[in-house]
Amino acid sequence: MNARITRRALMLTALPGLAHAQGFAGLGTASRGFAEPAPDPTFRFPADHGPHPNFRIEWWYVTANLTGPDGTDYGIQWTLFRSALAPRDGSGWSTPQAWLGHAALTTPDTHRATERLGRGGIGQAGVTVDPFEAWIDDWQMAGPSLTDVRLTAAGEDFAYDLSLRTDMPFVPQGVGGYSVKSAEGQASYYYSQPFYAVEGTLILPTGEIPVTGRAWLDREWSSSPLAETQTGWDWFSLHLSTGEKLMGFRLRDRDGPPFTSATWILPDGTPSPYEDGALTAEPLETSRVADRDVPTRWRLRLPARGLDVEVAAVNPNAWMDLLYAYWEGPVRVSGSHDGMGYLEMTGYE
Amino acid sequence: MSTPLLSVRDLQKSFPAADGPVPVLQGVTFDLAAGQTLALTGESGSGKSTLLHIVGGLDTADGGAVRLGETEVTALDDRGRAALRRSRVSVVFQQFNLIPSLDVGANLAFQARLAGRHDPAWCDTLARRLGLAGHLSKYPEQLSGGQQQRVAIGRTLAVRPELVLADEPTGNLDEETGSRVVDLMLELVAETGAALLCVTHSTALASRMERRLVLSRGRVA
Amino acid sequence: MIGATLRALLSHWWRRPFQLVTLMVGLATATALWSGVQAINAEARASYDRAATTLAAGARPRLVADGPIPQRTYIALRRAGHDVSPVLEGSAAGLRIIGIDPFTLPPDDLPQDTGAGSIGPDFIGEPGQLLVAPGTEVPDSLPPATEAEGIPPGAAYADIGTAQRVLNRPGELSALIIAGPSSMTAPPIADIAPTLRRTGGTTTTDVSRLTGSFHLNLTAFGFLSFAVGLFIVRGAIGLAFEQRRGVFRTLRALGLPRGTLLALLSAELLILSLVAGAIGIALGYLVATLLIPDVAATLRGLYGAEVAGELTLRPAWWLSGFAIATLGTAIAAAASLWQTARMPLLAPANPRAWSRASAQALWLQAGAAALCLAVAAVAWGIGGLAAGFVLLGGLLLSAALALPLILRIVLRAASRTAQGPRAQWFWADAEQQLPGLSLALMALLLALAANIGVGTMVSSFRLTFTGWLDQRLAAELNLRAETEVQADEILAFLGPRVDAILPIRSTELPLAGAPAQLVGVADHPTYSETWPLIARQPDTWERVNAGDAALINAQLARRNDLWPGAMLEIAGRDMLIAGVYSDYGNPRGEAMVGLERFDTLFPDIPALSFSLRLDPAGIEDLTRDLRDRFDLPESNIMDQASVKRASLAIFERTFTVTGALNVLTLGVAGLAILTSLLTIATMRLPQLAPVWALGFTRRRLAMLDLGRAVMLAALTFVLSLPVGIALAWVLLSVINVEAFGWKLPLRLFPLDWLRLLVLSLLAAALAALVPALRLARTPPSELLKVFAHER
Repeated sequence: MNARITRRALMLTALPGLAHAQGFAGLGTASRGFAEPAPDPTFRFPADHGPHPNFRIEWWYVTANLTGPDGTDYGIQWTLFRSALAPRDGSGWSTPQAWLGHAALTTPDTHRATERLGRGGIGQAGVTVDPFEAWIDDWQMAGPSLTDVRLTAAGEDFAYDLSLRTDMPFVPQGVGGYSVKSAEGQASYYYSQPFYAVEGTLILPTGEIPVTGRAWLDREWSSSPLAETQTGWDWFSLHLSTGEKLMGFRLRDRDGPPFTSATWILPDGTPSPYEDGALTAEPLETSRVADRDVPTRWRLRLPARGLDVEVAAVNPNAWMDLLYAYWEGPVRVSGSHDGMGYLEMTGYE
Repeated sequence: MSTPLLSVRDLQKSFPAADGPVPVLQGVTFDLAAGQTLALTGESGSGKSTLLHIVGGLDTADGGAVRLGETEVTALDDRGRAALRRSRVSVVFQQFNLIPSLDVGANLAFQARLAGRHDPAWCDTLARRLGLAGHLSKYPEQLSGGQQQRVAIGRTLAVRPELVLADEPTGNLDEETGSRVVDLMLELVAETGAALLCVTHSTALASRMERRLVLSRGRVA
Repeated sequence: MIGATLRALLSHWWRRPFQLVTLMVGLATATALWSGVQAINAEARASYDRAATTLAAGARPRLVADGPIPQRTYIALRRAGHDVSPVLEGSAAGLRIIGIDPFTLPPDDLPQDTGAGSIGPDFIGEPGQLLVAPGTEVPDSLPPATEAEGIPPGAAYADIGTAQRVLNRPGELSALIIAGPSSMTAPPIADIAPTLRRTGGTTTTDVSRLTGSFHLNLTAFGFLSFAVGLFIVRGAIGLAFEQRRGVFRTLRALGLPRGTLLALLSAELLILSLVAGAIGIALGYLVATLLIPDVAATLRGLYGAEVAGELTLRPAWWLSGFAIATLGTAIAAAASLWQTARMPLLAPANPRAWSRASAQALWLQAGAAALCLAVAAVAWGIGGLAAGFVLLGGLLLSAALALPLILRIVLRAASRTAQGPRAQWFWADAEQQLPGLSLALMALLLALAANIGVGTMVSSFRLTFTGWLDQRLAAELNLRAETEVQADEILAFLGPRVDAILPIRSTELPLAGAPAQLVGVADHPTYSETWPLIARQPDTWERVNAGDAALINAQLARRNDLWPGAMLEIAGRDMLIAGVYSDYGNPRGEAMVGLERFDTLFPDIPALSFSLRLDPAGIEDLTRDLRDRFDLPESNIMDQASVKRASLAIFERTFTVTGALNVLTLGVAGLAILTSLLTIATMRLPQLAPVWALGFTRRRLAMLDLGRAVMLAALTFVLSLPVGIALAWVLLSVINVEAFGWKLPLRLFPLDWLRLLVLSLLAAALAALVPALRLARTPPSELLKVFAHER
């Protein structure tokens, strides 16, 4: 038990990016010596696809909505987090760069999740740009470039091997890639690639399943992305049947109303950011998951775009029972618009 | 009656109570010659039993003197009184007389053996005379009250004491049994030449004694 | 009605507070010893569970190579999907450095958190941080150290990077711990790293098995203490019921239904047992707190510090304490409740002298004793560990049950042959007291038998163990090289400095269908003259050295009934068993063959271990030279004397707790005697008064009473002696064999018995002292009241 606490303490320091699951402990405070995001960034690709060691946290976050030959919906998650103990790179065991991988495979009935920990500098985990490779242990996202990658992950009882391709441009979130996270001005650099076409194989103890579908990549880095009073988030990434995409999040605040943000992305990739309040997200129904109530059916409205939809979990039991636990799984969209997507919810203690 | 066997002089005894000591004996004086029998009567609480206990070395006096032959009983210590009880004075109580863990034979001979003057022939005689011959290997609890009292008398006499003390010896017995026990006791006491001091409130029993002393409120009436 | 009834029943206890105290003391003591032992066991088990998964215990399977493992092999395995965690061990500045990777090590394997001493950001990176046991000296040349609980003395945990720097072994690892399951798509380890061997944790002594014996003792003692305490409770409850027979009758006559009466009595007992249970649990916690440092020290010795030094209050523990108190009360009260239930409405109100057992009852009890003995005999015939405990229990119970009858026969004989009235009365009265004391004496018998039994077992074990250590540790130094190259260098260095170098090679393999170890040893008098063989054929060593026979350890022999003359398949080759040797503390099977035979069977296993024979005077210098020159880890050089010293120290520590419990159990038995004597003291006046009236002083009566208690204790001791020896025999020859696979010879220790005799007589005298003093000071008027008319 104590050892587990030790490990948590270590990871809490090493991986503040995940600290949201712990109620955002200490995140609004000191980011001494780390770089801070500034408005009006200019992203340089492919360099910015790689790590930014001077920032405290960073992630490569892939979710995919997939369909099997019989029409069954599946979802996968592949995430690589980077967390820096100090604002520098380094090689060997003494690098301050720590890495954490989360992978999950959700079917309508089952949800399997696992994690990997490691540090940079010794080859166990890291990200290189040209050719692109992001990896931890035997999990990787690699290819000639970030627009053409093979995505693999495996646990004790599941694995997947998918290829992700797109011709579309990367889409900056927030204002030109500068995403504000609170009224006090906490922010991150944030861009996405919501247009991946996916094909590949899911491997389950019952056998292999060929799948096709759509994937969404989020790239985000920062040093203190959240305010101290923010207790958790509800994050939506939706593929609408019109070809449009919606990224929206709601940051719940202990002391006040939630902070929302949204980006409407046209089928050609043109983003329109919306400030706090434009998007509303209202829980309609909760499910009892891992001994707590988690909202698994939502009403999402963005009046500026005539959007009024209900978002429901494909499998309400998509609990990520890891060192830092949260809910993440595929969702179905219905109402003014139809579609599929992913929902991530943190801070439901 | 020139040198009495037992001489009691100005005997004083009181017992502690909540509101100060309660006097029980207030200057009792009397003599008893060797071989003589004396009934000590009086109402309840007159001090009969206490007097008997002090004479028998079972209790101590607050003042006065008890002399048995040449022995100053009231001057004896615990050990001396124990020796006195073993060999010279012997008591028959109303009940709870016998040693429950020993059989009748052993009880009968017990005191004599303690005193170092066990005489098997005399014990046999006593057992026969007391009608106990067939009960020697029984335990006290297996005997009737009259039988138990006969064992007590036999034990008392087996040691050939100078003085036999009896405290309501028939108090627990029915009239007929009591009378037979008294007959035997007087007969045997007379044979051994011992003196007898018998506490009783029974006039019938008292009338069988040569002398009678009435105690009232701690004094000889 | 119920309230009034309850008041009528309970008023008994207020009128006789001493009985209440007796009941409470008995039950609380019984609960205390039982739950104290349980607390210790639970704490120890929790420690084992932790230790079993910790790095230091090495319980997880590991991957090892003949030399260092390159770091790139580690990365290759991780990237193939195998959950392995790197370890680098070595020594620097007198400390055993254990390098770990907190990212990949299973959380439970990490050293325990102590707040300030936890693994934090300072642990990784430069200069890094050492975690050491409190009080460890760390030279300035090493990274800064932080003290933390749970670190073995002389060891320092560091990040793997720090360890590589400190040990100057960049890119090297000494083992890979298999931390978790591999990915379902991962290729076999052998495809990636063919040179790595998987080892299943520790290959030497599985300490939890050795400590199993220790906990067996503790549990048995806890149970015995509890049983002994129950005798007190039984006495108090029995008396309270007997004395209230009149009340029961009156209540029944007044219209209280039988069921209600029994329910109320049960409720009363439940309340009493819960209160006493609470006191007992508190006392048990105290007992455990007092004893646990010794237990902790024992486990530290065995495990290298993976022990919690303090007690955790577990709900399961105190709940079981209440349960055992209630259960104990129920057992103790069962007979009384049964009698009350069957009591006729018009039963005599006078308490039957409950303490007066009839001869018939004694014979009945003796019959029960015979039945217990028969059950024990059947259990012996059946065999197996559970049956072993039944045998143990049956033996003890039958001895206890038979005790009153035996004592009665002895006392009656003594009183028959006694010379003089005093002696005669002394014995006869002792016999009369017997029923009132028999429960306490039975408790004493149990305590004494357990003391003798366990004491004999421990002493036999110690003697055997010491002798065995001498035989097994004949070589002055044992050495293990890290690599074959180093082994060659060391051999070259040692050549002129020692009398003999005896290579030892070993491998793990299945024998008779179970995991076991095969050892190859050299042809040398070190083995043929001292090896502890317990069964052998003629020419044992000639045949072993010639390569056509093997020796096996007793565990393997007993488990599979393989004795000299039988054949055993070793690595596909049938070999004759030429001898069986004792191998205490090793839970697994082991076989020994000649070195040449081992070579032909396993040519690839490197020779890294050696036993060295040399002049003992040179051990110290040589050890230092070897350490300095070859940078060998602490654990790779072991000199005979310190291993022996450490083993014996562990052994002694292990049994200090047993010793303490011995004394406590005896104390409880003494308490039983005290309470029994005090209880019968009031009933004894009618027995003593006539004797006093006939010319005994009170002082003398008191002395005789004291002497009687001591005499009864002495008699009980004499009777407990054969029972204790039988108990020891069962422990050594049945329980140990069933539980651990080794049999120990029974040795007798009359001096220990003498000490115990003195102790038990002292306890009895002490217990009899208070009642005796009270008797000596009883005013004559009290004694005279016995004869008084009004009685």
